[in-house]
Amino acid sequence: MRVNNMNDTPSSSPELSGTSTPARSDSTDNPALEVRHIRKAFRQRRGEMQVLDDLSLAVQPGEFVSIIGPSGSGKSTLFHIIGGLMPPGAGSVHMDGRDVTGQKGLIAYMPQQPALFPWRTVEDNVMLPEELRGVSKTQARANARQWIERAGLGGFEKAYPHTLSGGMQQRASFLRALMSPQEVMCLDEPFSALDALTRSEMQHWLLDIWEDTRRSVLMITHHIEEALLLSDSIYILSARPGTVLQKIEVPFPRPRREDILTDPAFLALKSDISSIMRQEQQKRQQVST
Amino acid sequence: MRSWWSLIWPPVGAVLFFLVLWQGAVWLWDIEPYILPAPSSIGLEMVSGSPVLLNHTLATLRLTLIGFLIGTGTGIVISLALHLIPMLRKALYPLLILSQNVPTIALAPLLMIWFGFGMLPKIIVITLVCFFPVAVAALDGLARTDRTMLNYMKMTGAGTWQIFTKLELPHALPSIFSGLRIAATYSVMGAVIGEWIGADRGIGYYMMLQRAGYRTDRVFVAILIIVLLSLLMVALIALLEKRLIRWSRKA
Repeated sequence: MRVNNMNDTPSSSPELSGTSTPARSDSTDNPALEVRHIRKAFRQRRGEMQVLDDLSLAVQPGEFVSIIGPSGSGKSTLFHIIGGLMPPGAGSVHMDGRDVTGQKGLIAYMPQQPALFPWRTVEDNVMLPEELRGVSKTQARANARQWIERAGLGGFEKAYPHTLSGGMQQRASFLRALMSPQEVMCLDEPFSALDALTRSEMQHWLLDIWEDTRRSVLMITHHIEEALLLSDSIYILSARPGTVLQKIEVPFPRPRREDILTDPAFLALKSDISSIMRQEQQKRQQVST
Repeated sequence: MRSWWSLIWPPVGAVLFFLVLWQGAVWLWDIEPYILPAPSSIGLEMVSGSPVLLNHTLATLRLTLIGFLIGTGTGIVISLALHLIPMLRKALYPLLILSQNVPTIALAPLLMIWFGFGMLPKIIVITLVCFFPVAVAALDGLARTDRTMLNYMKMTGAGTWQIFTKLELPHALPSIFSGLRIAATYSVMGAVIGEWIGADRGIGYYMMLQRAGYRTDRVFVAILIIVLLSLLMVALIALLEKRLIRWSRKA
């Protein structure tokens, strides 16, 4: 069942040469981030294991895009390729129309675990990305404090991460990504380690902050409701080797509120996606048995 | 305050019990003082000889501190160089291990022959025993940097130097301190060995002198002072660690 295989990527656009850092892309009509026909295989003891197979997707400027798929569909590998940690077997990564395959430092990244530095206080953690960019410490700290206050972490500026709850740590980790000057944010299953209640609280918190800032976001998740609530579009990935099964546009207007969770259109989309994913899961089980 | 007391009294009680046993045995079997002096006579000797002992102790402490600083400094510099230059690590790591198989006690006289009786050969001895635990612990700590944090730093665009100063070094600090603690006790040992071989003052020198004169009580005094010096060094390191690593979960 391949409704939209995303092979219809736009024809190669003129290269923007001479710009060393990705500029905010409001003026151009290029996607903020585009992944074209990525393949990746890992060598194993017995032959090769294909992890990603001809995967293409795009994030428009200011768009919130989610990737949803069964575990083991190579989603984290995709992020490592986008982040420049490993080269793709084939295909390329583009930002604002420029080929940036294999380049590091072009995305704001939020890992699955909070991965806050335990020797830094909350504010020192949040100011880290600006510090890395050479922003003066006083300026970076002032910016960090502003966001900490706005994100409901006021009073915890001087706290060390291990004294915070899981939800608080994820907030700080998200703020750290938000403070990164790069336009595109990549969130790798940001709430997967949280309990259901904290998770839904965090989704609304993220929705509020994102609708204020409108950064371009690519988020990996397992959670269908979370993807629907937050995203403008959703890519459903297949089981390994991962490729795009279907792209879904989420029609709900912004700013979104909690009551869309019970909207009939929302529920219909939710059951559509879960049936696609269930079929994929079954196909995978049949293959493996 | 009560919990502190409940922590401290069992070892103190055990030591007191042991001392009473020792005193009793010496008294009961009338053991010659040149074979085994009673704890009481060791204590008395320590008090009566204190002005002389203080001079020797200070000399050893000075030597220990200088040697410790140079030795651990060397260890840290070596570990950083080997960590930042992987080629160097491959080439020199086996040599590092090998250096620890050369017995210090055999090497020390050679160092005296080469470098005379001054400060230098003694500091080399201390450096030889101190650098290794620090270098190995630091290398280990640097190599075991958290993968997620490392990936975060790389994706965010941090350079090698930024990754090193802002992630790897602070991450390795607890490991480095466990190496420093071991080096702290080794440094006292190294200083005493250095003084055995050739010195005109210091606890090691005092010990050799008294052993030659069969003043077993004074040898025991020297041992006691060496133990106290080791404890002092460990306490100094623990204090420094507490000041530098405030974020530790244990604290």
